[in-house]
Amino acid sequence: MTTEVASASEVKKESDQLGADATKEKPKEVAENQQNQSSDLEEEKDSQSSPSAKSQSGTQRQKRQKDPSESRGISRFIPPWLKKQKSYNLVVAKDGGDKKEPAQAVVEEQVLDKEESLPEEERQAKGDAEEAVQRKQQVIKVDIEEEKPSVSSPETQPAEEVRKEEREEEKVKEIQEDKSEEAAKRETKEVQTNELNAEKAVQKATKKTKSVQCKVTLLDGTEYSCDLEKRAKGQVLFDKVCEHLNLLEKDYFGLSFQESPEQKNWLDPAKQIKRQLRNLPWLFTFNVKFYPPDPSQLTEDITRYFLCLQLRQDIASGRLPCSFVTHALLGSYTLQAELGDYDPEEHASHDLSDFQFAPSQTKELEEKVVELHKTHRGLSPAQADSQFLENAKRLSMYGVDLHHAKDSEGVDIKLGVCANGLLIYKDRLRINRFAWPKILKISYKRSNFYIKVRPAELEQFESTIGFKLPNHRAAKRLWKVCVEHHTFYRLVSPEQPPKAKFLTLGSKFRYSGRTQAQTRQASTLIDRPAPHFERTSSKRASRILDGALVGVVDQSLMKDSPGPGEVSAYGRGVVSTAIVQDGDGRRDLRSPTKAPHVHLTEGKKNSLRVEGDNIYVRHSNLMLEDLDKAQEDILKHQASISELKRNFMESTPEPRPNEWEKRRITPLSLQIQGRKGDHLFKDILSMTEKHQMAATRTVEEKAQAADKSSHETLNVVEEKKQAEVGKDERVITEEMNGKELSPGSGPGDIRKVEPLTQKDSTSLSSESSSSSESEEEDVGEYRPHHRVTEGTIKEEQEEDEEEVEEEPSQASQVVEREAAVPEASPGRHAGASVSTVETVTQEHVVAPKIPAEKSVHEGAFKQDVSEDTEDEQHKVNGEVSHVDIDVLPQIICCSEPPVVKTEMVTISDASQRTEISTKEVPIVQTETKTITYESPQIDGGAAGDSGTLLTAQTITSDSVSTTTTTHITKTIKGGISETRIEKRIVITGDTDIDHDQALAQAIREAREQHPDMSVTRVVVHKETELDEGEE
Amino acid sequence: MGTPGEGLGRCSHALIRGVPESLASGEGAGAGLPALDLAKAQREHGVLGGKLRQRLGLQLLELPPEESLPLGPLLGDTAVIQGDTALITRPWSPARRPEVTPGGAGGIRASGKKWGGNVSARSSRPKVDGVRKALQDLGLRIVEMADENATLDGTDVLFTGREFFVGLSKWTNHRGAEIVADTFRDFAVSTVPVSSPCHLRSFCGMGGPRTVVAGSSDAAQKAVRAMAVLTDHPYASLTLPDDAAADCLFLRPGLPGVPPFLLHRGGGDLPNSQEALQKLSDVTLVPVSCSELEKAGAGLSSLCLVFSTRPHS
Repeated sequence: MTTEVASASEVKKESDQLGADATKEKPKEVAENQQNQSSDLEEEKDSQSSPSAKSQSGTQRQKRQKDPSESRGISRFIPPWLKKQKSYNLVVAKDGGDKKEPAQAVVEEQVLDKEESLPEEERQAKGDAEEAVQRKQQVIKVDIEEEKPSVSSPETQPAEEVRKEEREEEKVKEIQEDKSEEAAKRETKEVQTNELNAEKAVQKATKKTKSVQCKVTLLDGTEYSCDLEKRAKGQVLFDKVCEHLNLLEKDYFGLSFQESPEQKNWLDPAKQIKRQLRNLPWLFTFNVKFYPPDPSQLTEDITRYFLCLQLRQDIASGRLPCSFVTHALLGSYTLQAELGDYDPEEHASHDLSDFQFAPSQTKELEEKVVELHKTHRGLSPAQADSQFLENAKRLSMYGVDLHHAKDSEGVDIKLGVCANGLLIYKDRLRINRFAWPKILKISYKRSNFYIKVRPAELEQFESTIGFKLPNHRAAKRLWKVCVEHHTFYRLVSPEQPPKAKFLTLGSKFRYSGRTQAQTRQASTLIDRPAPHFERTSSKRASRILDGALVGVVDQSLMKDSPGPGEVSAYGRGVVSTAIVQDGDGRRDLRSPTKAPHVHLTEGKKNSLRVEGDNIYVRHSNLMLEDLDKAQEDILKHQASISELKRNFMESTPEPRPNEWEKRRITPLSLQIQGRKGDHLFKDILSMTEKHQMAATRTVEEKAQAADKSSHETLNVVEEKKQAEVGKDERVITEEMNGKELSPGSGPGDIRKVEPLTQKDSTSLSSESSSSSESEEEDVGEYRPHHRVTEGTIKEEQEEDEEEVEEEPSQASQVVEREAAVPEASPGRHAGASVSTVETVTQEHVVAPKIPAEKSVHEGAFKQDVSEDTEDEQHKVNGEVSHVDIDVLPQIICCSEPPVVKTEMVTISDASQRTEISTKEVPIVQTETKTITYESPQIDGGAAGDSGTLLTAQTITSDSVSTTTTTHITKTIKGGISETRIEKRIVITGDTDIDHDQALAQAIREAREQHPDMSVTRVVVHKETELDEGEE
Repeated sequence: MGTPGEGLGRCSHALIRGVPESLASGEGAGAGLPALDLAKAQREHGVLGGKLRQRLGLQLLELPPEESLPLGPLLGDTAVIQGDTALITRPWSPARRPEVTPGGAGGIRASGKKWGGNVSARSSRPKVDGVRKALQDLGLRIVEMADENATLDGTDVLFTGREFFVGLSKWTNHRGAEIVADTFRDFAVSTVPVSSPCHLRSFCGMGGPRTVVAGSSDAAQKAVRAMAVLTDHPYASLTLPDDAAADCLFLRPGLPGVPPFLLHRGGGDLPNSQEALQKLSDVTLVPVSCSELEKAGAGLSSLCLVFSTRPHS
């Protein structure tokens, strides 16, 4: 889905309140316009997407409202109705949401008039509502089924909200209530569709009581069942299961459900179960999700035990191929763990055929197993498990999650996702491998899956490699698995929540759990006596570990039972490893530290890369190097070996500085119109390094800093309307009047003058992007800032985006916000705001120039600092945008399917919402809504009076799902200086994205950033792709 | 399964096959081999056997020369051995297929004389399955390549102790590599394109459990880079001036307390690479010469099969 939000806010210094609010909120980009000091801040225009039936977008907005501080400032910006919506949303989201899941297409518009405090009663038909909207504010929400906006208090979890929305639903409810009250006070008027309201109300009543029975098949074959609230999130069930299993180190595990015999999906803990299952039965399987590369570092034996059970399944099913000898060896450890020392008499009573040691078990194998079993005398069950794991972990397919695919030539291959990266297999042969550090970006579009990899030693440019998956869902699944694996194994901590980022709209999917480093650390804190558990052969389904439970728990069986699991006796013996492992844990902890070493070599590369693109995987910089001892040893080993030897590994990825420089520089020179190219470059490098050092957070901070800097820089800014559609990853800064990015920002920026922004955005985006679905990424990247249109909704962009997005439910919201910010120079001219839509342009232009660069990359590479006249820029922009579009497809398409074009019908009228469904050519139906909200005052100012243009600056930042273009213009008009900041935010996402929330956040951020400015206009353009099939 | 990496080079036995006169004449080979000094070649071969037996302390099995198999001495192409499993290859050259043909339709190999001596040239269907028989007798599990579409030369396979690399060369195709993967399931088997008209092992080898040794030619370096990309394990790499010098054998006869050996081409053959080899500090260097045999395409990896009969002990 694509959402574009362009907002221009005009803020006056006078509005202190706003500032306060703004600070609380996180604005990503703020354009400052100087207007008359006298201008009121009151008018704010927020365009938010109306909550779709499912979506709880409203809640997000509501969140804002909660904050008292926000209420002041924000209230201005955000119409009361927003607040009210919260209450509404609550209802809608929960009740309505469930029912209407399928209806992504359904868009509800809620229009609230601030001024009017009308009871909900006043709800009007949509049409009416729309009209109302036109007057004042409109909110359009498009909800994606998958994503449920949970209403969380904005204050508490601004950033996290996006991610955790769902989890917080309950909170949200409460909040909503509060909000609703507030709303009432504020006299909010809500207009909703009657239908929707009615439905919601009904749903509300019913829902709470509903519960569903879940059944979870455990690793030992037993079944655990429990009742869950119907709208419970995956985490709830998972926690229950882990509690049942008495499992603390649960981050390696997950619940999966079978979408089809061939497709297994992981239950996302952060999302409602129901929505993930759709109509599937509530049947789950408890599985290992992340195979610990070194099981000996697990703290508890019980954890190892479950891992053993999983591996036995993997082996028996053939997923984990072994040689005969290995089958026998592993089988012998299994016997030792479950049966204890070999006892000839007892052995006779056991039927080894009860155990499955291999996919096809022969008598020969069983004999070999027994033979080896005899040699394990004395091993405790825990020790036997450990030995089992020590051997199993070395198997080449250990922990490799295989996905069927075809390469660009249509050849059947398999993609294996593992701790170290992505493996490509043809038949049983490994034909290629992409280590995580080498992967710059992961994305998927429709049924295609793409990875962008760093240039090889002698290559100058990154390359994007495409694979064809059986279908869209498979591509998405693979993408998610990659994101999760990368995050889990390579990052110290999960990517930052959306909050830091401007518009988190793109937040979508992210790995929200703990990373391996975190879980290891947490494991060191485990302080409990080794839990008692009983081993049972995984085959025999009847036993239950804890004794509780579902199936048949028979200790009685255990006692006598000849056959099946008699292991109980040993269970107690097992235990006690925890302490020892603390050491390990520490070690792990260190690992992050170690990482730097590895990176050191690559440091430049990484930094550069970072600069270049926003990629999900960009974090590779931050990635941990392998924790394995092996490496350390190796390092030593290498050291011992003479200089002649170079690290084997190095040869591969290592980008040479020279090359980089060349590469970077070239583009830069092209791109950078102005000066500073070199300067920037250096800065960038430094930034990069820092980035590497610092976690994502750092990046974010930087970003913010950058924002500030830019902010500061602008003394006088004219209002610009940024029609531009932010492209992902591109940051363009135009500096007028020799204003450059503030020093602080400077470093961050690399090639571009704007680098600061980029970095921020990129870094942020990268994180977010990673989490976000690839679709967005693609889209974002590809889409340059095409549109210069002001206030209007740009359908074109959306279309493009949609294509990119692939996913069925696409909602795009475009909000244009114009804020006139009086800023520091209140005294300065107020007045005239010149709308310029330029900034983006240059970038575009550049892009075309550099063919080698892929459009996607363009963002990174092409950062133009255009000192040139705005006019030029404008011109360029228009042209450029087209160019970009054209270019993109080429790049993207390489191996893929043609982009499906969607017919777009756009209604630019603010109040109207248009649903356009095109059935013909396109498979994708699109719904487009545009809402424009303007404050009267500002409009006049913005109207385009011509003043003297002092400065114009454009900043574009991209995240996977979000592209933000900020255009800052300073104009002197009649002796009054006015700063106008125009932000255009394009949010692209599939269902997972809560556009409303994103929008809300964007607005909030804008306020924060520019406390003294007021929002004069908000235009929301939403395009939704109606896709039934999709989530 | 052994300990990864630690299993590399474990050996108790070495298998070689004598140099037939036909190697010099080139008749049997038919493949335009350059003329070579037979006596010198046989001398080199004898020295090699001596080093394996005396210097390394291996049990040496020497198959008699087979005149019908001029390239018989290059038995490294005919089998891939890891652990207790020996994969009998299917050489690309049809002329060499008899080297691995199970002794005739009727299990002729059963004859106690398999490699007993006077097999003398039976031009029609030589019973020459010496390698297979010898390995089988030593208790190794024999795996055949039945696929008619598969070709595999043993010297296109590099085992690092942790994984296999199979060079896709003139002699070895994808299907052949796939069978390697099917045979040694515990290990990752990666394919490495070999651009030059050489076997993978002709320009690279293992200098230690974590050290890849490679020549400096473009083909060698290219292959090494490919391997670096494909591997999950970190290796150091040592580049030698001569490709042929990289065709060395890292051997651990298993004598306690004795450092492993590196059987390599000596200074007489490749003087330029000796200094670089000294960098390998953890091994005892054992130089040998095979410059004459090299003319027939032989290298250390092809002239002997080294393995352990008790790989898991």
